[in-house]
Amino acid sequence: MENSQILTYLLFTPIIGAVIILFMKESQTVLIKIFGLLISLFAFAVSLYPYFNFDYTNPDFQFIHKVLWIESLDISYHVGADGISVLLILLTTFITPITLLSSWKAIDKKIKLFTMMMLLLEAGMIGVFMALDVFLFYIFWEAMLIPMYFIIGIWGGEQRIYASVKFFIYTMLGSLLMLVAIIWLTVAASKNIGLYTTNLILLYQQAPNIMLDIQKWLFLAFFFSFAIKVPLFPLHTWLPDAHVQAPTAGSVILAGVLLKMGTYGLIRFNLPLFPQSTVEFAPFISILAIIGIIYGALVAMVQTDMKKLVAYSSVSHLGFVVLGIFALTFESVQGAVIQMVNHGLSTGALFLLVGIIYERTHKREIAYYGGIAKLVPLFAIALMFASLSSIGLPGLNGFIGEFLILLGAFQSQVLDSWWYVVFAATGVIFAAVYLLWMYQRVVFGTVTNEKLNTELTDLNAREIIVLVPIFIFIVWIGIYPTTFLDLSEAPVSAILEHVKNYTFNFLY
Amino acid sequence: MSEISIINISIIILLLPLVSFVLLIFFGKKFPKLYLAATGVVFVALVLSIAVTFGMLTSYSGETLSFSFTWIDFGNVPSIGFLSIELGFEINNVTALMLFVVNLISALVHLYSIEYMRGDIRYTRYFAYLGIFTFSMLGIVITNNLLMMYIFWELVGLSSYLLIGFWFEKDSASDAGKKAFLVNRVGDIGMWIGILILFTHYKTFTFSTIFEQISLGNLPFDSAAALTTAGILIFLGAVGKSAQFPLHVWLPDAMEGPTPVSALIHAATMVAAGVYLLVKIFVILTADAMLVIAVVGGVTAFVAATIALTQNDIKKVLAYSTVSQLGYMVLAVGVGAYAFAFFHLVTHAFFKACLFLGSGSVIHAMHHEQDIRYMGGLRKKMPLTYYTFLISTLAISGVPLFSGFLSKDGILAGTLAFGSLTGHWLLPIIGFTVAAMTAFYMFRLVIITFHGEPRNKEKYDHAHESKWVMTAPLAVLSLLSIFIFYTPNPISADAGWFLNKWISTPQTVVPAEASFDFMQSGMNKHETGLAQESGIVHSVQYTEAMHHAHYPAMFLSLILAGLGILIAFIFYQWKKVDLEKLTEKLNSLYKFSLNKWYIDEFYHATFISGTIRSADALSWFDYYIIDGIVNASASITRFVSRLSGWFDTFIVDGLVNFSALFSGFIGLSFRRLQTGKVQTYIVFVVFAVLVLLLFFRPF
Repeated sequence: MENSQILTYLLFTPIIGAVIILFMKESQTVLIKIFGLLISLFAFAVSLYPYFNFDYTNPDFQFIHKVLWIESLDISYHVGADGISVLLILLTTFITPITLLSSWKAIDKKIKLFTMMMLLLEAGMIGVFMALDVFLFYIFWEAMLIPMYFIIGIWGGEQRIYASVKFFIYTMLGSLLMLVAIIWLTVAASKNIGLYTTNLILLYQQAPNIMLDIQKWLFLAFFFSFAIKVPLFPLHTWLPDAHVQAPTAGSVILAGVLLKMGTYGLIRFNLPLFPQSTVEFAPFISILAIIGIIYGALVAMVQTDMKKLVAYSSVSHLGFVVLGIFALTFESVQGAVIQMVNHGLSTGALFLLVGIIYERTHKREIAYYGGIAKLVPLFAIALMFASLSSIGLPGLNGFIGEFLILLGAFQSQVLDSWWYVVFAATGVIFAAVYLLWMYQRVVFGTVTNEKLNTELTDLNAREIIVLVPIFIFIVWIGIYPTTFLDLSEAPVSAILEHVKNYTFNFLY
Repeated sequence: MSEISIINISIIILLLPLVSFVLLIFFGKKFPKLYLAATGVVFVALVLSIAVTFGMLTSYSGETLSFSFTWIDFGNVPSIGFLSIELGFEINNVTALMLFVVNLISALVHLYSIEYMRGDIRYTRYFAYLGIFTFSMLGIVITNNLLMMYIFWELVGLSSYLLIGFWFEKDSASDAGKKAFLVNRVGDIGMWIGILILFTHYKTFTFSTIFEQISLGNLPFDSAAALTTAGILIFLGAVGKSAQFPLHVWLPDAMEGPTPVSALIHAATMVAAGVYLLVKIFVILTADAMLVIAVVGGVTAFVAATIALTQNDIKKVLAYSTVSQLGYMVLAVGVGAYAFAFFHLVTHAFFKACLFLGSGSVIHAMHHEQDIRYMGGLRKKMPLTYYTFLISTLAISGVPLFSGFLSKDGILAGTLAFGSLTGHWLLPIIGFTVAAMTAFYMFRLVIITFHGEPRNKEKYDHAHESKWVMTAPLAVLSLLSIFIFYTPNPISADAGWFLNKWISTPQTVVPAEASFDFMQSGMNKHETGLAQESGIVHSVQYTEAMHHAHYPAMFLSLILAGLGILIAFIFYQWKKVDLEKLTEKLNSLYKFSLNKWYIDEFYHATFISGTIRSADALSWFDYYIIDGIVNASASITRFVSRLSGWFDTFIVDGLVNFSALFSGFIGLSFRRLQTGKVQTYIVFVVFAVLVLLLFFRPF
């Protein structure tokens, strides 16, 4: 594909927006909010260009833009997108304006800084999903931590400092390993071709030829870094704290997009760079994923804090995604990709809804509520809808992801056992348990807490505008997933084919 | 009607209730009269389904019309080839009849609910839920593949959840809704894995393709055991939905929903979906799978019947009776009495819906009193309700001239035939015992509720016959409990149109070695196909056994039903036995039955509290151990850094400061010597010289 600069334009849209806001007056809060929202909407519009001009049959990266950066090390500014990237970039640009609009009232201090941070965060996330140079990827990966750190640390709850530091350091720990692995990988690969490069596309061809003993360690270093981000059991404990302390917008971005960077990294780096190790470790990682599915669901069940409950449900749902990836079948990886989007939508919606009542009562404890269906009927319907999507009810998006992942995992030659699916499927039951139980305690019954009568008001127009686009996509994916599955079809096939080429002796 | 128009009309029938749902959800608030339109829409669907059923039975009897479309196209998948997921619909005689049954009961329940639910704060929402339920149920009925079956299966579960918990202000209602959803999910997971086994091997969800492959000898993973496993796992879905033991516990609780809902969903249609599923996959059930199904059905029928004997809530009696009758149907599938399983599904749908709506009429009249111990004598106040209730009771008890007699008799004959062919005699014994118990508890219910003297005078005085919108459905349904709609012969359905013309048992596709001998016709597949078209029921052997069993079964069931009814009259009408003494004598048995075999308590003590305890433990583990390690490493890091800070301050920097301090000290000490007085210096010098002299001793 010829050089195209559209992705660069997309990347710089929020950055330029943030710079412009820098020069705006702190007191012009409304103007800043509107401007920030417009910029993020514009970024969404720009991101539609690659979607509509996407060549579905081409499994390679498209819209490539490459500029040599550090000549001596052959490091380039090198971006491009395949279907998986396009899908996740769309998710990012879709979620960002929603979060900005959702925090219209919730964020009441340092609005200028907040809007800037959100836009920079968006740029960082987009960058991660389009970087085709390992060095550039690392830069985006790290850069994105900073705005998130501030979002949790400044606008968060009571224990925001603890949570933000934990988030930052935990992730840094993984990143550090990744940095070491990147250096080792590029050096090791350069021995084979006699040329040092950080070009991911070239590394795809070279990395699998690295000695298996070294590959194994490289795989684990990358895996460890991504597993923290996912987060995979037992590396997940930063997540509940970060989610609970983050402001609603932060939680939504965190669940909606940030966690996907981990699973994206697994697909983008671990599978194609280290196919032999991927196959070797797949059963082990799948077991961890399944532990995460059941463990996350069980722990979610007994949480007393709504946000924490949703946070643990993420651990469970992302376990499905990891299982899908490492089952290494076409259906399961496709399911994992669509499940990333699904989780972003349904968990994003759940966090938005929890945020909406938190804004009114400043209480997240389930026990504080009860019988609110009568007081806020629209909210009750919306929460039911989001819960059902998360539960995986057929006709809504969650079902498609779980369906394809389980379908694929069942047929997986790498896993080669039904037990993975049997155990993973129990997670589907538990998902219904914790969500319906929470729903019952919050929404059903009679109003026992008199304060709620005065505190609660039903969804307002802005909140409806925030939720409806998400709900549209929840139904769309549920009924006609082909629109989205088509995007990732060619790259998923290509990646699996690539893995298979290097591992035929493992697979057959 | 042409094939295309039958398919098209069926799809329209499917979509009509969905339209009703969408309209009511979005515009229900603005147009409170919209429920009338919803009822109208369902009646239109009923008329259309009558047309489809008529068209099928007259023009395409025995054929299967189908229509498929691609839902997800994966394109060319590495190492698999072209893969796509097809969905679609199929109409045959069974489907068409089921369409009619579902639409009829749905329409009658809509009509009935207009009065029964009047004044409810969520009146339009209620009709919306009925719409989404009817849509989902019809989806199950006309699907041609397992995936859609599963999708609509779950949607039915959702609508059931919404309707059971319709009065969510009551904790018991929302608990019951949640329980239903979760218990069903347990079964559904099994079903899902069963479906996956089939899909993994055949790469399709479509019934007909899978059946064809199996009939060609292509078994999943080339093993009959896998086919058995798949059959049993899919049956698990039916265990959940059709409330079979041990997953039956949700159905009695589901009575928390509005009574018309109980009639529609928890008696006539949704709970029959499990049986319908078994009917759909009947041809791939192996001998082992059938035996499992038969045993589960038999146990369910028995357990539920014993519980129904002692319940005092009018709806609970009917609920356990439903579980028991569903057990019969499942048992019928298990013993190979395919046609009678479906026949009983249909007849039961009518008389059980009638019984539930009748109980609703009573509850309505008694101002939400459900305990039969406070009723009595209602016969005089509510004649129409009473007579329709009685007719349905006669039907369910297996009295000749009524539909239940015909279908139940067939099932019992089937169990007898099965016993004679395989030696499993326990199944017919259970079947007949249950028949006696059924007659007993149903007449107990009728007598206590409608006969005798009123036990609650005040409520009795206020009781009145319900309005026509409520009694008309009762009349229609009780009418359909009369034999003439199914066969001209009141004591045998074999020659009637229902079994002879409409429903024919399909030939099993399971290879001979994995199936019961009697399931194989002995003819080759081609001949079987012909035989099927001409309506011949499976093997000659089985037909003969059924034939032999017919009269013994009939006499035995007549005697037992009569006995049950007689005892009920002796106990409750004529009061010839002191019931209190009897209860005291059989106290432990009585308690066991009254407390539903303590199954709920058992589940509570094991699964539920086990799950919650392990969740609590894991939560503790997560907080104190996993996160503890994270925080501990943070603390250790902080400690080490503090330690090195201390080291830095006191040791490293301490050394520096020490040397500074030391030199300072030295300087300070020696400063004393610098007094500036010559005398002192001279003393020092003399002293020093003396010391030197003393030291070196030069002399």
